[in-house]
Order: sequence, then structure tokens, then C-alpha cells
Amino acid sequence: MNQDSIYLDNAAATRMDERVIEAMLPYMTEKYAVATSQFGYSLGLASKEALDGARAILAGRLGAEPEEFVFTSGSAESSNMAIKGVGMALGEKKGRHIISTAIEDFPVLHSARSLERQGFTVDHVRLDEHGRVDLEHLQELIRPDTVLVTIQAANQEIGTLQDLDAIGAICRERDVLLHSDATYSFGRVPLDVVQTPVDLVSVSAHLLHGPKGIGGLYIRKGTPLIKWMDGGFQEFNLRGGVENIADAVGFAKAVELITPKETQRLQEMRDRLMAILLEIPQSRVNGHPEHRLPHNANVSFRYVEGESVLLHLDLRGFAVSTGSACFSRSLEGSHVILGIGGNHERAHGSIRFTFGRYNKPEDVDQVAEALADIVVRLREISPLGKE
Amino acid sequence: MALPYSELVMEHFRNPRNVGRMEEPDAKAIEGSPACGDMVAVYLRVDEESHRIDDIKFESYGCASNIATGSIITELAKGKTIEEAKTISWEQATQALGGLPPVKVHCSVLAVDGLRAAIQNYEERHGLVAEEIPTDAVEVRRRLKRVMNPEVGLDLIRTRVVSDVEVSEGVVRVVLSLSEDSQFANNIREEIIEKIEPIWDVDEVIVEFEE
Repeated sequence: MNQDSIYLDNAAATRMDERVIEAMLPYMTEKYAVATSQFGYSLGLASKEALDGARAILAGRLGAEPEEFVFTSGSAESSNMAIKGVGMALGEKKGRHIISTAIEDFPVLHSARSLERQGFTVDHVRLDEHGRVDLEHLQELIRPDTVLVTIQAANQEIGTLQDLDAIGAICRERDVLLHSDATYSFGRVPLDVVQTPVDLVSVSAHLLHGPKGIGGLYIRKGTPLIKWMDGGFQEFNLRGGVENIADAVGFAKAVELITPKETQRLQEMRDRLMAILLEIPQSRVNGHPEHRLPHNANVSFRYVEGESVLLHLDLRGFAVSTGSACFSRSLEGSHVILGIGGNHERAHGSIRFTFGRYNKPEDVDQVAEALADIVVRLREISPLGKE
Repeated sequence: MALPYSELVMEHFRNPRNVGRMEEPDAKAIEGSPACGDMVAVYLRVDEESHRIDDIKFESYGCASNIATGSIITELAKGKTIEEAKTISWEQATQALGGLPPVKVHCSVLAVDGLRAAIQNYEERHGLVAEEIPTDAVEVRRRLKRVMNPEVGLDLIRTRVVSDVEVSEGVVRVVLSLSEDSQFANNIREEIIEKIEPIWDVDEVIVEFEE
């Protein structure tokens, strides 16, 4: 991205905050020792202290105890670890049934599919038109052999938030474990595991102006999991391998820098952008109008295709995302839009805008103006919508 | 910054030639559908005596390569007779644009199909069509040469992905030597159905995967 670019794809990656980098640097240069046991040398003890400190901050943000938070390489790994870990730990003992939704992000979707190939059954809960879970249907789907419910906290594309309190209450009552992928909401939408009965939560640093390649999994005390990675006894003997201390410190610093005030600022920009975009004829919001991520806007424009919109915006210096098949790695339209009952056309014309710390109010006006012009131009050459 | 498209593709994307709707064309056709994501409409003005394409226009609902390939086929076809224009291939269209990324080659197939369908529409309107011949496995394989394997940007036949084709009482069964979990499995299935199902004597298309 060059200096003048306007980046509105903060649900894909974020620019790292200088303060995060500053906090990380000493753990690459001076304090590079591996985190040793309590009987190790001083340098190693300093590393251990830093790792423990970062863990305490991150666990605290979720209302959890430090020993309930395990570092991973990112939330993709966290979700693999949670879903496959529970599946393998309970498959023999309790059963091979998992409940999820059709709109989960790929790590959850594909981890569940991977278990399916090994003989598990996966059921998807019905969703309403905004992508919210039908709680009654969830009740109906739970069986004696259900080992895990995995439902995201917030959707990656359309930003819809789930009612995790209600979902968790059902799971608790029926004695089923609940995992939630909170990659997109962590830091921006409060989640407290003391209040919300959730047993496993996937989080990541890369969307919070922190480094890529570090995430974590909250594991409620006593949750059955298999050992995820063989190695030493690191991460409470669940995930072997030398700890990534610099990134762990960066993750904690990044989370400390996220404030409700900042999130409010992002929401104001988002609200204004949505209002302007919906003035474009034949446009519609994707996702819930209220229960949605504060920094996510997702709008479909009829008769135009997202990759063309994206490329035209890119030529004018804007970065956004689309649910169009032409843009996806598998040439398939957004499984999220299709999963909430939308058709292919709505998926192809969907554009996602996600805000971050470095966006300015004028970004909203500039992208809205460019987009309105591009949509008009593409509609002129489209065979659709002219009759 | 390295865009995946050639300069020519970008030029045609930004400034498509012969774009827009033609009033009272001699022939027209729409290929693709909003459901499959890409659509091209082609309009022709044809000289009744010489069967030369005097004017051609296109409209596009699709990605950059869809717009660019629509644009290039109008340039390639303009001034040619319909017999000459029929022989324009997706390879020629792709080459004329300085190449396309493998996953986007199917766009040029769609544009070429749009042109051929418009020519067919002209022939039907002017009583120039031969009789309908019953579909057999050979015909199905011929059509599968127009379904791309997005992994390499070549068709399914050439990349030896089709392991069996059966045609029986309106049901076409296509067996692919491909895992159902592979990245493009769903896309290929849809493209096959899209190409085979419209044939006049086909009622159902079944696509099976075997590794």
C-alpha cells in the first residue's frame, strides 16, 4: 500500500501500531532467551516473566485465569485445536456429533469437515436472514452424543453478532461444550467468560494492530482436549514448541491499546458510511442492522460484480473486500451470503468495508464518492437491471 | 504493485470497446447468468448479403477479465463474416489480451460462447440452421473442451480430468478423476452443468468425483 492509499480491509489484516513494535523489540534483541523453568538463569526468567505477563493481560481481557489461556500461531490454529481437540478427546467416550453454522470462517468450517471425514456428523443450526442462530433449532439439534457446539461470536464478512449468552445457556443446560471463534470481535465487543458460559474461545492479534502469527485459545478449566502439538511441556503441556515471546508481548500490548472510545470512533465512521452507501439505488445491507461488529459495513449493489468494483477502487487507491466468486480462491460465491439465504447475485455484488485505528473521517466521504461513481459506470455496461 | 492482469486486460477493463446495448439488433444472445456470476450479452448487426458483421456490441456483468474478454471478442469479430467469426476461439481471445491468469480463462470461454450464441441466433432467425442431432458421449466430450480446469487454465479434456462420460435417455453422467474436496470441485461441477444442461435433449446432468 502506498502512503495515499485508504485501507478499509481491517478484518483481513491491520497495520501494526508502532507502540506494539516497540514493546516487542527488546524480546528479539536483548531478552531473547527461551522462557525457562523457575530454576533457570536470569535471562530465561525474564523471558518467562514477559510471557506470563502477556498471558495474564490477555486472559484478563476475557475474564479468565492465566492458566486458561494458551498461545497459538493464530486463531486458525486455535479453532483447529479446539474442535479437533474436543472431537478426539470425546469421540470415543461420548459421541461423534457436532453442531455448527453454515457461515463460520474457514478454520471452523474445515475443521468440522475434517472430523466429518473421520466419521463425525456435523449439523448446521438454522439462521435468520441476518445470520443469527435460531435458538429453538439449536435445542432440537442437541443429542446425547453431541460433543461440541461451535458458533462464532461475530461473522467475518457480514459482521453479525451471535447471542452467545443464550447459546451458552442452552449448551450448559444440556451439558454440551461450546466453542466460539471470536477472531473478529475480540477487543472490540466485550466477552467475559465468567458471565458467558463458553468453554473455548479463539482469538488473534492480527486484527488488533498486533503482529500476524500469534493468537490464543481460552480453555475453561477442566475442558477435555488432546495434547495438540507434541514437543516439550510448553503451554501447560498442550502445545509443544519454543514460545513466541515477542509476539505474545505484542499481542498483549495491542489488546491494551484497544479502548471503548476508539471503538466508538470506528463505529461512527462505519455508521456514516453505511448511511451514504444505502442512498445508492438497489443497494442493501448484509448482516444484522444492530447486532453487528461496530467497525464492519457490508453492502450489496445489484447488477455489478464485486471483483470489478474492487479493482476499480484499487486503481483509485482504496482497499476493500468482496464476497464475489471471481475474487475467492475457490471461485465460489461467499458461503456467508449464501448461508443466510442470499442468492449468488447478492454475493457477487457484496462489498465489505472494515475500519481500523488509522482510518480518518474523510476516508468515509472519499470511498463513498468513488464507489458511487464506479457503481454507476459498471451498471452502464451491465446487461442487468435495464428493463 | 503487481496486478494479476496484463496491461492489455487492464486497458480493456478500464476502457471497454464496443460496449453498451444495440437498438434493434439483427441478432443477440446472453451467455451465463447472474447465478453463475458471469454474464455476457452480445448484439450483432449483420449485412444480409455478405453475412459480414457490420457492428457488434457487448454488455458485461462480471469481473475484470469478463469485461476485457467481452471487449476483445467484439474487436476480433467486427468486420468478419459470421462463418469467419464462428472460428474465433477462446485461445485466440486470451492471446489477443496478452494472456489471462489460469483461474480466469473460463471468462474468455464465456465471451466466445456469447459471440457464437449470437451468431447462432442470427442463423436461426434467417433459416440457416442444420437439424438437431441426438447428443452422445462424443458431443459431451466436445463440449467439455469448453469447461476450464481453473488450476491450470486449460480445459478438462486436455488436462485428463474426465475419466468417463455416459449418455442414456437424457441423463448425462460425467465422472471426474478429482477429489470432491479439491479447491475448484464445486466450480467445475457448476460449469459442467451450465455447459451440458442446455442441450436440447438433455434432462439431467450428474457430475461424480473419484480420486
